[in-house]
Amino acid sequence: MPPAAHDMNTLVRPLESLGRATLGALANVGYAAMLLLESLYFSCAGWRIGQPLRLRAVAEQMRQIGVDALPIVTLLALTIGVMLGIQFIAALSEFGAQSQVVVAVAKSVTREFGALITAILVAGRSGSALAARIGSMSVSQEVDALATMGIEPVRYLAAPALLAMLVMLPMLTIFADAVAIAGAALYASPALNVTPTVYVMQTLALLAPGDIGQGIAKSAVFAVLITLIGVSTGFSVQGGAEGVGRATTRAVVLSICWIIVVDMIFSFFLNR
Amino acid sequence: MTTASAPLIEVEKLEAWYGRRRILDGVDFSVNAGEIRVIMGGSGSGKSTLLRHLLGLHKPRGGRIRLLGVDIGRASEREMLDVRRQIGVSFQGGALLTSLSVGGNVALPLREHTNLDEATIRIMSRLKLEVVNLGGFQDLMPAQLSGGMVKRAALARAIAMDPKLLFFDEPSAGLDPVVSAELDELILRLRDALRMTIVVVTHELESAFKIADTITVLDQGKILMTGTVDEVRHCDNERIQDLLNRRPREIQVDADAYLKRLTEEAA
Repeated sequence: MPPAAHDMNTLVRPLESLGRATLGALANVGYAAMLLLESLYFSCAGWRIGQPLRLRAVAEQMRQIGVDALPIVTLLALTIGVMLGIQFIAALSEFGAQSQVVVAVAKSVTREFGALITAILVAGRSGSALAARIGSMSVSQEVDALATMGIEPVRYLAAPALLAMLVMLPMLTIFADAVAIAGAALYASPALNVTPTVYVMQTLALLAPGDIGQGIAKSAVFAVLITLIGVSTGFSVQGGAEGVGRATTRAVVLSICWIIVVDMIFSFFLNR
Repeated sequence: MTTASAPLIEVEKLEAWYGRRRILDGVDFSVNAGEIRVIMGGSGSGKSTLLRHLLGLHKPRGGRIRLLGVDIGRASEREMLDVRRQIGVSFQGGALLTSLSVGGNVALPLREHTNLDEATIRIMSRLKLEVVNLGGFQDLMPAQLSGGMVKRAALARAIAMDPKLLFFDEPSAGLDPVVSAELDELILRLRDALRMTIVVVTHELESAFKIADTITVLDQGKILMTGTVDEVRHCDNERIQDLLNRRPREIQVDADAYLKRLTEEAA
């Protein structure tokens, strides 16, 4: 091969792979958007074309995504609450502004930490489970079997998960908010010379509905992200058991990255 | 045996591509009602791809497929659903849903497509399990079944809706000779008792000759011949005789193409 052609290749190769990667990423986003539209379509109008959404499947998903996550959400939210209490007391007492701890904890928990920590937990528990379940079903032709039986795989597998996630993630977030504030109250109220009850009453007085609303709005977006990433990586699994493993990891990592980036964007626009 | 009515499956000039490789090349064939058609061919002959197209899992790149009179390349979702309710498929690995019991798997099409009450569905799904000699196994999970039982359970699910057309992918793959012979008997019985039209994809000669009314031989994406068992047996096509007599194919090396494959950088 002449040297000039070789130079061209070293120049063109990285560009080519960059182009391929970009196209691949765009295709993934497009696929996820299509899954979202189809899931919503089947949820709303599926019964008209003989593809009804089964409430029993939604309830089962709600149990797996929401109820089963309660212990771990409680534990982590409580820990985060105590941690925030410690940090804010330490930081604010430097300025003699200890009394501001209540408002600092209340706003940071409801606007940020409740939604964020719950979403990351659920991405790790349920996003990966969705990818693994649907991935292993694709590998063993169960998805094909559903399709040939006239059961749309998106309606049977994706739509119930999406609805369940959209209901349960905001509810878990509200629950995590409450537990985290209780955790902060446990640590901070002795330092502030108030009872935990008074601490909580003060928190309630200081919180605006918009603060909690911000967390809930975010968690609804996170719910869509986690489900779509889990389901789309699951459906596109190739290459047997190893592929399922890779998809599971990919689903968790991608979900958490997207959650954090979207959270930042939301915070920017909602708090200007 | 064939009636005057139109064939249940008509395939015209079907083409399929995998990337830049052509898998199916101008495939034409039709299957009449009440027939057991075996699609035979070696590995890589395109028979799995052909089956996936017949099942509507892939849209044809070229040509036409009509199932039960419906062009599945152009059918609306509603029409496609109607077709799918009238076909049953038993996949190579069974493809039972691992989250449901055996009974739940067989009952799934009934639950999804009919308004029957739960008691009727239970009786119907147990009846189908009896047909495939799996009576009493409805409460086991698929993971607890042996290979032959999985295939039979998959068959029970495939016939749950009393389909007109049944597809069977590699019925004897991975089974011992006795179990696969039993499955062959079962396929024959289904056709006689339930008057189904059955398409079997296999590379097992013995079972193909035993169950087939007609055989389609596929090789490198093209149909070599379609005929009765005797016609195929006595055909003088070299590739078919290779297949029947388990002769290795003679691979002719094209020196230029060989060198190019070894030296070129990007495929």
